[in-house]
This record gives sequence, C-alpha cells and structure tokens, in this order.
Amino acid sequence: MNKVLRYGLQAFNYALFMGVVWYFSIYPPYHQLDEDQAVITLSFTHATKLREACRKKTQEELSKLAPNMRLQMDCPRERSPLRLELYLDDELLTNASAEPVGFHKDQSVNLFQRVKVKAGEHRLRVWMNDDVNVIGATYEHEQAVILKPEQQLLVDFNAGSGKFMLK
Amino acid sequence: MNFVNPLRRAYLAMEAWFTFAFGAEWNPLYNMGRLAFFFFWVVFISGLYLFIFFDTSLSGAYSSVEYMTHEQWYAAGVMRSLHRYASDAAIITIVLHMFREFALGRFKGFRWFSWLSGVPTLWFVITLGITGYWLVWDELGLYVAMLSSQLIDALPFISGSMARNFIGDQLSDRFFSLMAFLHFLGQPLFLIFALWIHVKRLSHVKVTAPKGLAIGSFVSLLALSLAAPAVSHKAADAGQVPAVLNLDWFYLNVYPLMDYYPAGQTWIITLSITFVLMLLPWLPPKKTGPAAVVHLDHCNGCEQCAEDCPYDAISVQARTDGAKFENEVKVNPHLCAACGICVGSCPSSNPFRQKGKLLVTGIDMPQMPINDIRERMNAALASLTGENKIIIMGCDNALDVSRLEEPGLEALSLFCIGMMPASLVDYALANGADGVFITGCRSGDCYHRFGNIWLDKRFEGSRQPILRRRAERARIEVFRAAATDSSNLQKELAEFKAHIQKLNNEKMAEQPESAHE
Repeated sequence: MNKVLRYGLQAFNYALFMGVVWYFSIYPPYHQLDEDQAVITLSFTHATKLREACRKKTQEELSKLAPNMRLQMDCPRERSPLRLELYLDDELLTNASAEPVGFHKDQSVNLFQRVKVKAGEHRLRVWMNDDVNVIGATYEHEQAVILKPEQQLLVDFNAGSGKFMLK
Repeated sequence: MNFVNPLRRAYLAMEAWFTFAFGAEWNPLYNMGRLAFFFFWVVFISGLYLFIFFDTSLSGAYSSVEYMTHEQWYAAGVMRSLHRYASDAAIITIVLHMFREFALGRFKGFRWFSWLSGVPTLWFVITLGITGYWLVWDELGLYVAMLSSQLIDALPFISGSMARNFIGDQLSDRFFSLMAFLHFLGQPLFLIFALWIHVKRLSHVKVTAPKGLAIGSFVSLLALSLAAPAVSHKAADAGQVPAVLNLDWFYLNVYPLMDYYPAGQTWIITLSITFVLMLLPWLPPKKTGPAAVVHLDHCNGCEQCAEDCPYDAISVQARTDGAKFENEVKVNPHLCAACGICVGSCPSSNPFRQKGKLLVTGIDMPQMPINDIRERMNAALASLTGENKIIIMGCDNALDVSRLEEPGLEALSLFCIGMMPASLVDYALANGADGVFITGCRSGDCYHRFGNIWLDKRFEGSRQPILRRRAERARIEVFRAAATDSSNLQKELAEFKAHIQKLNNEKMAEQPESAHE
C-alpha cells in the first residue's frame, strides 16, 4: 500500500483516539447544581441517649450468675436511633433517621446528608430526637439564613452545649 | 455460509480496517494489553517527575500543581498533561481489550482466569486515578474526596464518618499525606500485583508495545498535551459547591450516580455490574477438551513443547522412567487449553515415522492423536482427484476450511494451526499433493496466541522442528483468514490453484526433455 496513505490513515486514527481522550477527560460538563442553587449539608456525630436506664438486678437474677459476675447494676449499652427533620420556610426538606453504629448499637450516630436548595433568604428549622423515651423533639433550632448560589451551609451539632451550629 | 455473530463480525471488520492502516504487527486492536502497559509507563515516568515538585501538604498541594501547570508549563505542565491523558488512554485500551475478548468469545473455558482477574484490575486502575484527582485539591478534588468518603462511610464495617473531614476546616495535612502515599506507592503496588496475577497463566508475556505503535502513541499524546494542557479547577473551598464541574468521565463516572441513588445503592449497582462481568465466563460455561498427554517412550526431553506452550501448562522435570535422557516434560491439566500446539512442536510428530504402524508422538492430544491426523491426511490425499491436487490446512478458530472443499481440494482442520507439524506439509507433497494451502487465524491474532507465529518460524527454519528444505516452497501458500474473510481467501486460493497449474505445466514440459536425455 502507498506509504503516504498508510501514514495518513495512522495519523487520522491517532488523532481520533486522542480526540476521544481529550473530550471525555473534561466534557460533557457535569452540572451538580443549578446556577441559583446552594447546598445545606447536615453533618455531625452524636452519641444519642441510652435506650434503657440502668437498673438494679434482683436477688434471683444475681443468684443465677457466677459469683465473680454478680454486678449489682444492669446497664444496657444500646443507644437510641436519631431522627432529624429539616425545614426550610416551614417546608420539610429532609426527614433523616440513623441508627448508632456498632454490633450492639452502642456507639455514636453518624449523620451526613446534603440537600440542594434554592439560594436566597430563608428560615431554617431543625428538629431532632435522640431519645426513644421522649416523644417529640429533644433539640430544636430555628434561624434565618441567607444562602448565596453555590454556597455550602453546614448544619452541625455540639452535644456539649446542646446547640445546633450553622456555618 | 457459516454463522458469525454480529458483534464478532463487526469487531473483525474493525480489526481488518486497523490492519489496513497499521499493518498486522502494529494493529492497535491486537496490542491493547501491551498499549495499556505502555500508557502505564508514561503515567509512571511523568508521575515521577511531578512528584519532585508536588507539595504533599493540604495547603501546598494546589499551589504546587498550579506552579507546575503555569510557571513550568514547558516541562512539569507537559508532564502533568501526559500523566492525565495517558491515564485516560489506559482506560480506553483496557476497556477495548475487554471488549475484544468478549466480542471474539475469548473469555470462557480455559481463559476464565485471565478474565476473572482482569475485571478487578480495572477497578484498581480506576481507584488509582480517583486518588490522583483528589491530590490536586481543587474543586474537583474536593468533590471527589467528598463523594468517595460518602461511599466509604456507607460500607457496613466503617464506624466513623470520613465525609465529615471535608466539611469546614477539619482536614489535616496528615490525612492528605496518607492519600499521597496511597497514590504514589500503595495503589501502584496493588496494581502491579493484580497485573502479575492477570498474566500469570500465560507464557512469553509481552508487556512492551511494538515500537512503531509506542512512538505513534507517544507523539500523539505529546501533541495533545501541548495543544490542550490539563488544567485545574479553582482551589478547593469547603464553603462552596461549584455548580459545574469538568469531570474526567473515564475515572469519575460513578459519582453522578449519587445524585440519583444513595451511597449504599451506588455500591450495589457498581458491585453488581462487576460481579456479572466476573461471572461471564460461566454464563454459560464452556468446556475445554482433554489435556495433552505425554508418551515418555517417544519423548527425548527436548523441551520444545514446554517452550512453545502459550499457557505455561508444560513443565520440565528430571527423567522418571530411567531412559538415557536428562529431562522429561509434564503437563498440568488445569492449565492446558487443549490447543495442540505442543503436538506440532514435538519432533516425534513427524508423519514419516513408523510408516504402516501406529504413529505415537512424545506429546499428543487424546481427542485428536497425531496418528489420526496422519490417517486423515492419507484419506484426503487418496481422495484428491483432477490435475491440481491441493490440500488445505486450517484451524477450528478461524475460517472453516471444510467449506472450501471441491474436486481437487481436500481440507483438514486442526485445533490450532500451530498443532500442525511442519513435516506434515512435506508429507503431503511427498505423497501426491501438488500444493498445500495453509490458513488459520489472521497474522498477529492467533486464537491460541502463538500457533501461527510458531508455524511461520518452523517454515522459515528459525524454530524447531523445522520444515525440511526438500519441501518445495513454491507449492506452499500461507494465507491467514478469520471467519469473515471468505471472499479474500477464495480469491487467494484461486490464484494459488492457477499457480500450481502453472508449476505442473512447467514440470510436464520438462519431463520429455529429461526422458530424451
């Protein structure tokens, strides 16, 4: 075959291949948000309340145990699940629930959730229950926020102060 | 006309186009695995250079990449682009490599191991690319870090929250250094190990691309790097979520799925696809024929079969039968693909041996012993009629030669054309054939990797056992043909017949003169 034609075809194939490499390395652009959207990210780790309080074991229960295992108190380790509702201008944005981690569900609850919202001025309300023995909210927070387009607003919770923080 | 599935037909047509443009030796579709290795080398060398200037701290990573891209664009900038584009090209070649094996049905039976080990290897490459994007620590890096962490957090055995690290200012240099360590050393080591496993059942593994293809690929990569240098997004900012990102779809295609599915479901989708791909060799399974057997009485331990076996199924060990030879060969039936190439390699497969008796060779296929092949050849030679008697030899994985039979033509098909002892051609010519036409898989694309290469070398005299000089080369034609190359082969065969006719006429013309003398 004509050498020039052969090299020409090879050049065409290389160009085509590199064209594909270049195009899909950046295109088509991925739109994760609309231009007028912001993101609210719920992210915190929280040790919820124990499901059951400690109680004193009865004599009958103690007698069934080996002498070296006769602890007076029975303290179940399992913690409560966490339920959280996020409202924006009184409209429910997300209704999250999470179980404590660990085989015995005795560790913290990790909550991480992202919600896309329209940028602008809003009233944000967070409702949280971290105790199965309580009906209704154990913590609640309401605050006015101004969200710019492409902004990420972090909703965090500080267990020490028992307050939500918006950053 | 025999049925060739449309996918295979389309792929063979594409291969023919590339052979037309590049020639068989440089055909990229025959060298996808080797090209992937070549791109890995480009990634490795460019990566070493980038490592010199890269700052592995959280605060310094982005600015160091920006320095390389803009201040030192002529060296580190080009290296960065080579690093990115070669990584992308590697993904294309790996996917095409997989597609090729699938389209040509080369993933079942004895090939299950290479397929099964190859699928997770693709994951190793993808995760290596993901951490690479992470390290730039621009908006895309933060996006990758955030979503990767969400995927990791969704795993049942993970107790903490990794994603939380990327919100606010909680990320430390230490974590970033860990990612750098993973990308520079940890993941590449895993990848090398995975690649070693992937090719473990093959012999004569070639991991370097043919020179011409390597030069062409590098020049085009360099041209792309200069024409469209790789650049970063804006610096990562935990308080911002960019509306638009320029994703590298070769590596980051899983993340947009998370817009529609939670992390747990994204895992289920991707793992399900992976497992289905891994199970393909058994959907349905394909049986490999009985393994080759060694007949020690006829084996002198020359080791040629062990040298020729494409699947590393034959090993050499010390003689066990007390014969005067030093070594003997042993077949591992779990690795044997029943291709029969070892039969063609064995000097004892010479059909001129043990005339009138049972022909036994040193290593043989129980389902098609060499004696049967000689018997079939004898029958074919006996049934040849007409002026130009031609024997056609082919293989079961290329064009079906039985379709070519007509008066004056007799066809024999073997498991692989490399199964044919070169002396069988000599035998056919010495016993009444006017010509021998040999086909088999296309050059550079033997179903059993080396069958047609070894045969060509035996004919050239550069690999044992050779075709003896007395076999008249003018009466032997080799024309490779895939299942879809029927018309080309018919044309070539017609020309060969005319050529044989001419040779016969010349011979006839010479005879009266010699008789006169």
